[in-house]
Amino acid sequence: MTDEDLSGFPLALEGPDVPMVSFRKVSKRYGELVVLDALDLDVAEGEMVTIIGPSGSGKTTVLRMLMTLETINDGVIYVDGKPLTHMPQNGRLVRANARHLREMRSNIGMCFQHFNLFPHMTALENCMEGPVHVLGMPKKDARERAEELLEMVGMADKRDQHPSRLSGGQQQRVAIARALAMRPKVMLFDEVTSALDPEVIGEVTNVIRQLVARHNLTMLMVTHQMGFAKDISDRICFFFGGRIEEQGTPDELFGNPQKERTQQFLSAVKEAA
Amino acid sequence: MFDWRWDFTFEILPRLIMATGNTLLAAVLGYGIAVVLGLVFALAQRTPYRALTFVVREAVEFIRSTPLVLQIFFVFYVGPQFGLRLSPWTAGMIAIGLHYASYLSEVYRGGLDSVPKGQWEAATSLNLSTRRTYFRVVIPQALPPSLAGMGNYLVGIFKDTPMLSVIGVAELMHTATAIGSETYRYLEPYTLVGLIFLAISLPTAAGIRVFERWVRRKLGLS
Repeated sequence: MTDEDLSGFPLALEGPDVPMVSFRKVSKRYGELVVLDALDLDVAEGEMVTIIGPSGSGKTTVLRMLMTLETINDGVIYVDGKPLTHMPQNGRLVRANARHLREMRSNIGMCFQHFNLFPHMTALENCMEGPVHVLGMPKKDARERAEELLEMVGMADKRDQHPSRLSGGQQQRVAIARALAMRPKVMLFDEVTSALDPEVIGEVTNVIRQLVARHNLTMLMVTHQMGFAKDISDRICFFFGGRIEEQGTPDELFGNPQKERTQQFLSAVKEAA
Repeated sequence: MFDWRWDFTFEILPRLIMATGNTLLAAVLGYGIAVVLGLVFALAQRTPYRALTFVVREAVEFIRSTPLVLQIFFVFYVGPQFGLRLSPWTAGMIAIGLHYASYLSEVYRGGLDSVPKGQWEAATSLNLSTRRTYFRVVIPQALPPSLAGMGNYLVGIFKDTPMLSVIGVAELMHTATAIGSETYRYLEPYTLVGLIFLAISLPTAAGIRVFERWVRRKLGLS
């Protein structure tokens, strides 16, 4: 790793309004291809932010970097005030080691487009795996928590089924329960309805609606469901070319987009729907 | 032309059946070593330590490219020159275990590679450690696609145990040859050896297929 100049980045974020998630000048490149270009993005505690934009605009990368599935080239990401991609050492920031990443990762949960449930475990076992083997919970408690969460996503009656016996919508609901079982502060939803048949999208979006209404989770979502995003988001970010082209409340962004690219994108999406 | 003697056949049968026990023991022990060591070889090639990966991969390649019988001779006869004085059984088990571990490591490698990337990412998102990810998530899914290959090599190692006779392990082949040189009759002992191998190989192969289906069901994968 080359020496980075991180002198402009604080060791920790302090103050009364520390955002739950903060991207500071974060860049991601694959060779010549710039996926994210000096991204600045703050997400407040309890805020629901939806990222929209054309494919290749870097929206999924934002979530994957937060989940530490991708490394970053420049900048620093903070979660709950503490650096995620880096760690303080001798009064300055250095690249995070595996231990720091593990510690920070416990703040974050993620749901994937293709669910990625463990196929050899039942719905219940999927939801108990992390609590038992990562959090070290007693099996009995982990089972109780898992059952509660499966109940919440309406999957209690299928708890002993393996994923191969579940529909896509059911698998995704189990995946949400599995992520929530780790009690993350931040939840990431990466195109969670994109692989679903149209008639089951509602059962997944309803679960997310419920989460937004009843829990004070910080959430970041990438989606193509514009109506859904408009309903539940506190803020919409329109990504274009690795940057936030425009952002605002759903009413502002969908009702009165200022930038030409946003207008083009939204009208293209509207035509397709 | 054929001079098959039934009385002689029944006379030598108990001895051969006793020796079959040794053959089975050699196959099971050798396979046990190979199954575990093969996994070690496969996992060693997936660590971030480049030097380790390189050494293990080359060693596997080397073992796969040289004859088993040479490796058996080498461990047994050359070992003592390096202060490694081993009984025929020990030397044989080391050689055959190592040999089949190399083949099995390739089977495992295919199985491990077949586990989708999304499974790794899900494990990371749940903060599972690398060790737990392997043992709880990846290996259980890599197992079913590896079983067919593993079964082939189980039958393979069983059929290769006669090579241990060259260093004097008293298995089936060795016993049949001994009977031959005592009585100058080879037809019956070697025919019986062939039949015994057949009688064990065929049901084993069928059993492996049943086991494969059972594992898939058990893991909820089908």
